[in-house]
Amino acid sequence: MKTKNYIKMEFPSRSVNEGFARAAVACFAAQLDPTLEELGDIKTAVSEAVTNCIVHAYPDSIGKISLRARIIDNNTLEIVIKDWGKGIEDIEKAREPMFTTGGEERSGMGFTIMESFMDKLRVRSSPGRGVTVTMRRRIAVRTAE
Amino acid sequence: MKVLSSYKNGRLTLFFKGELDHHSAKKVMNTIDQLIDEYLPRDCVMELSGLKFMDSSGIAVILRVYKRMNEMGGRAWAENPPRQPMRVIDASGIDRIVKISTTMKE
Repeated sequence: MKTKNYIKMEFPSRSVNEGFARAAVACFAAQLDPTLEELGDIKTAVSEAVTNCIVHAYPDSIGKISLRARIIDNNTLEIVIKDWGKGIEDIEKAREPMFTTGGEERSGMGFTIMESFMDKLRVRSSPGRGVTVTMRRRIAVRTAE
Repeated sequence: MKVLSSYKNGRLTLFFKGELDHHSAKKVMNTIDQLIDEYLPRDCVMELSGLKFMDSSGIAVILRVYKRMNEMGGRAWAENPPRQPMRVIDASGIDRIVKISTTMKE
């Protein structure tokens, strides 16, 4: 896959950065000329992935989160969000709707939402070695009337 | 993120304004808990038209308000979610549990 443009950033797992991360990706994605709905989907998926790092990867500490986004062939945005935290023991289980190890302010719908809003979602992890979430979303090409 | 409220004839209306994510959810829940404790309403309406963004943290907030009201023998529902929050509600399937209604034209 040819990379046409990319951004890389790193930030600590402070919840105030959730809003920053989704806004930054939305700004970068703007060059693909997305609709408001496509942009909303991307922001939501980023918000879920970053929240997972903050809540689950580093539950009792502040750790490092890396976010990369790139534009690849076929008007597609790829987002890779990585942490070096606790990792996920059972990825299948974590991806099930309503499953959560978080508190009552979590709904267990994070992966379900990432899955339904993005075209592709890949989750890689092993306990103690962090999580890498890779998501892709193709932006429909619109032609002027 | 702010929650404004009004109370009339047993009905507590909560106006959600801003971006509801994990960062703001805890504070929002505390605010709502206090309001419910103060008024002990019969109905609780979550008016979502002022939401600029919502992720699955909002689902947890809506469900929790619903459960609290249910435990008290009251009712709770959500009104007028903008498009982006509505897509999150759709994907989560909570509209099978909590009523989501529209009272105004877009």
